[in-house]
Order: sequence, then structure tokens, then C-alpha cells
Amino acid sequence: MNNSTRQAYWKKNLQYLIVLLAIWFIVSFGCGILFADTLNTIKIGGFPLGFWFAQQGAIYVFVILIFVYVVLMNRLDKAFDVDEQ
Amino acid sequence: MSVQTWTFLIVGATFLLYIAVAIWARAGSTKEFYVAGGGVSPLANGMATAADWMSAASYLSMAGLISFMGYGGSQYLMGWTGGYVLLALLLAPYLRKFGKFTVPDFIGERYYSSQARLVALICAIFVSFTYVVGQMKGVGVAFARFLEVPFSTGILIGIAIVFFYAVLGGMKGITYTQVAQYCVLIFAFTVPAIFISLQMVGNPIPQIGMGGTLSDGTYLLDKLNLLSEDLGFGSYTTSGMDDRINVFFITAALMLGTAGLPHVIVRFFTVPKVRDARKSAGYALLFIAILYTTAPAVAAFARTNLLQTVSNTEYTEMPSWFKKWEGAELISFDDKNGDGRIQYVADKTANELTIDRDIMVLANPEIANLPAWVIALVVAGGLAAALSTAAGLLLVIATSISHDLLKNYLRPNISEKGELLAARIAIAVAVVGAGLAGMNPPGFVAQVVALAFGLAASSFFPAIILGIFDKRMNKEGAISGMIVGIVFTTIYIWYFKPQLGGPGTPDGYWFGIRPEGIGTLGMFINLIVALVVSRMTAPPPESVQQMVEEIRIPRGAGKAAAH
Repeated sequence: MNNSTRQAYWKKNLQYLIVLLAIWFIVSFGCGILFADTLNTIKIGGFPLGFWFAQQGAIYVFVILIFVYVVLMNRLDKAFDVDEQ
Repeated sequence: MSVQTWTFLIVGATFLLYIAVAIWARAGSTKEFYVAGGGVSPLANGMATAADWMSAASYLSMAGLISFMGYGGSQYLMGWTGGYVLLALLLAPYLRKFGKFTVPDFIGERYYSSQARLVALICAIFVSFTYVVGQMKGVGVAFARFLEVPFSTGILIGIAIVFFYAVLGGMKGITYTQVAQYCVLIFAFTVPAIFISLQMVGNPIPQIGMGGTLSDGTYLLDKLNLLSEDLGFGSYTTSGMDDRINVFFITAALMLGTAGLPHVIVRFFTVPKVRDARKSAGYALLFIAILYTTAPAVAAFARTNLLQTVSNTEYTEMPSWFKKWEGAELISFDDKNGDGRIQYVADKTANELTIDRDIMVLANPEIANLPAWVIALVVAGGLAAALSTAAGLLLVIATSISHDLLKNYLRPNISEKGELLAARIAIAVAVVGAGLAGMNPPGFVAQVVALAFGLAASSFFPAIILGIFDKRMNKEGAISGMIVGIVFTTIYIWYFKPQLGGPGTPDGYWFGIRPEGIGTLGMFINLIVALVVSRMTAPPPESVQQMVEEIRIPRGAGKAAAH
């Protein structure tokens, strides 16, 4: 495997990481902490939205993020032919 | 049957199960002992990681803590789950590709230095030991309270059980026992939650029930806010402005610490492939999330129940659970104004009721009038949580001694058999040592969580991340970063923790950051020091740069830990 494909694979990987970690930061530190009070003015059923993100929503998003990462990386590994046989 | 009989029955049955599993999965080689032979399926590894991760504190104390803190408790919920995203995306696949046994293994080879290995080794033992002492204490308390044996006997029973399956089975025994323990603890945690959710809001799913309506048509959380505000506790669902910065820093410190704890990281060395390491982190978080999303619901239900039951009620009309926990000195009532009623309010001078937060999970089934077997089940779950975490931590300590210290440092020529024996002796010594320390806990034990997470965040996390993502990082940078980070964090925590004898007062906090959250700052200091020092010194050798290139690509991961 040559050097430029290696670099291209790694660059794509880093792009995924940046996007996924940005979402990770926004749902927890953003919605759950920094903007929690503003979001609390919106109510979904019995839940103030900021409180829901802090105690429920952020955790659901975390789980989804990891599985999305698994799917994206498995595809990327195949595309660059670096997957495990 | 009485609660006592049920407890003996259910706890006894679960213990038999653990022992049977341990005998079935005993280890024959060092590879089995350290990383379970590298053949654990991602699903089983996810469950084992979840049990390993969720300690007595998660199981018994967290819901109680949230119940008293309201929104402020979110820092534990997000902090102890969000770290798995970092683990899955930034650490687990690369460490699996690297394919050795321990965190010091990685640090030692990536930074081509036995000093780096030694620093990592000392950090790993220190972090794991402080953490395990607290677990042993938890085991002792749980046994003492439910089997009505003295505290020290409780710890001895705990030592005997862990000793048996950890020494016999190593990582293999521990992993499969943890799978069983996960099933016990999650069943035991969710069953009462479902019952209570049905009772209060008529919805069998607590996560949804929390946002449901009570029998009088008001939303549960609205009612809870109203009750809390009336008594002066402030709104349950919002935070004070000045607390925002601490929720932020503590959440971050817990996340970074999670991703840096050696007993969590080592779990990803046990799966067959890089692909499995990624998936396994996802399963682990899914299994953890089941408990972590149920806990806030339990907290809100329990709080509402408690306020409605006790507030301004005649003391003589209190239900039997109240008397029971009063007898155990975990609830106390002091009728200050002499009216025979309970005034439970935020104002300390008028408040008449003191409640130990730790009883919320344990008392919850009784408060909700659930059958005796459910109460016994909760006890078995608490013991499963404490034992599984203790075993995982003890293995890290034993591995550090027999593999990192003995095999790689003192006696490189030791045979496979000799190393396995050394590992068994090391774990035996560690179990007994932790038990004795738990029996007579040094004053710092109550503070260990802050300490262990802060130290893991400020030492391992940056060193490992930089080792993977910064090819230019060299040993000078990594070692100075780890040392500055861990020293800074230790001093700050010691200085501002009166329980540890530090002279500091809250007025002196840097940027108002409490000691629990300082690991976040320590992590950044480590990162900056490492980057600056590495750029001023020689780049790492070509072979190490090559190794980093290899770690970044999944193909070619040998069967686990092929030397």
C-alpha cells in the first residue's frame, strides 16, 4: 500500500472524527450544559428540553454516534482495502 | 418468605453462578490470564465492560445523588457515558491494532523508553488501587447491611469470592463472570424501576414515564419542581448560573478520565479484531446506557415519593421503611419545633430530617411497597456491581506487577509458566491488600473517585492520544507531559480537599473550578507541555514513526497479542 493512499485514508478518518466529535460536544456540553436554560423554555411532553438532553438525550446520541462510526469506518476500510480479512 | 430469607437465597444463587462460570473459564496461559486469549466476542466484551465499569457507586449511590441534586446530577450521567465516545473513536481501535497486553506496554513501546513505561506503570497501579479500595469498602457495607454480619466479615466474604475467580481465571474468568454479573445487576436495577414507573405514571418504561403525568393530571417533573421550590430546595430541572462552569469541568473530567482508566482500556485488548474493538465499545455504552437512563427516572420518582410522603406529616404515621432506616441511622428526625410533624426543608435551621443519599436505591422498593424478592434482588445487584468492578481493577494491578514490572523490567527471561504464577501471586496479594485497606480505609477513600478520574484524565489520556494522532510526539514530550499533568492535578486536589488535609478554601479555586473538575485543566496542561517539549527535542526514531503508521490501519492486526 503506497503512502498517498495511506494519507488519504487517514485524512478521511480524521474528517469523520471531527464531525462526530462536534456532534458529541454539541449535544452534551452545548444542549445539556451551556444552552440548557434556553432550551428549558421549550417543553416536550413533561420534559424541559435542556434537562432532557442532560439526563437522557445526550446519552442516546452517544450510543448512536458510536454505531454510526462503526458503520462509516467499516465502509472506509473496505473502500481503501485496509480491512481485516 | 421474609426479605432476609429471600436475600440469602438470591445472593447465594448468584454467587454459585459466578463460581461455576469461573471454574468453566479458568485460564491456562498468560495470554488467557491477561486478555482472555483475545477471543472474546464483541457482545460479551461489551457486557463485561459494562459490568466492569458500573461500580457500587453507579448502582447504589448515583440515583440517590441525582435525586438530591436534580439537574446538577447530570454531570455524572453525561460524564460517565460520554467518555465511551472518546474511547471508541480515539483509542480502542488503535490500541487493539497495537495488540499487546497493557497500557504501560503501549506507552513503553510508543515512547521507546523504559522510564515512560515505569511512569505509566506507577500511574496505573496508583489509579487502580485508590479505586479498588472504595469498591472493597462497598462490598463490606453491602454484606454488612443485608446479611447482618459485621463489616469486616462482609469484606472477608468479598475477598474470598473475588480471590477465587480472579486468581483462578484471570481475565478469562473475570470476563465471563462479569457477563453474568451484568445480567444480574441490570435486571435488579430495572425491575423495581418499571414497577415504580407503573405505579406513579402508569408507563412501564421509566425513561418515558419520567416525562409522564401523575394521577392528578400534572406532569411529574412539574409537580416535583413545585414541591422542591415550596420547600426551598430550588427547581429540580434547572441549575444555578454559578454552577454552570463546574458542571462543565466535572463532566469533562469524568469523560476524559473514563477514556484514560486502565481497567477500561484493557478490555479492548481482549477482542479478536480492530473492527470488534469499535463495535465492542458501542455495545458497552449501550449496556451502560440502559442503567444510566433509568437512574435519572428512578431519582425523580424517588424524590417525588419522598417529598410527598414525609412533608409535614405526623412522625407517628411514618411507614415501616422509615423506622427501619432510622434504626440503621441512615435517616434521622429531630423535632425542632415540637409539633410532632416532619418539616423537611432546605433551610438548615428549620430542617428536621436528615437522609443518607445512599439509601434511595435500596429503600426505593420498600417505599413503593414492592414484594420481598424484589428487595433481595436489589441487594444481589449491588453486590454484582461491586464485585465485578473490584475484580477488573485487581487484574490491572496484578498485570502491572507481573507483566510490566517483572517481565518487562526486572526479569525479562522469565518463562511463561513463571509469569503466570507471578500473575496469580500478584492478584492474590492485591486482593488481600485491597481488602485490608477497605476494612480500615485511609481518610482519602471517600474522595477516590475525584482522584482516580482526575489522575487518569491528566496522565494517560493525552499520552495515548498523542501517541496515535501525533507522529512527531517523542518520549521527552510524553514523559514531561504526564509528570506535569499528574503532579499538577494531585497537588490541586490535595490542596483544596480539606478531607485530605489540604489548607485551601473554596475562595482560592482557580476560575472557580472545584477539585473534582480539575483533571480537565490538568489534561490540557499535559497536552500543551507535551507538544511544546516534543517540538524542541529530537523527533522519535524512524521505527517508531513506522509503528504509528501501522497502528492507524486495521489490516494486519495479528490474533490478539501475538508477540
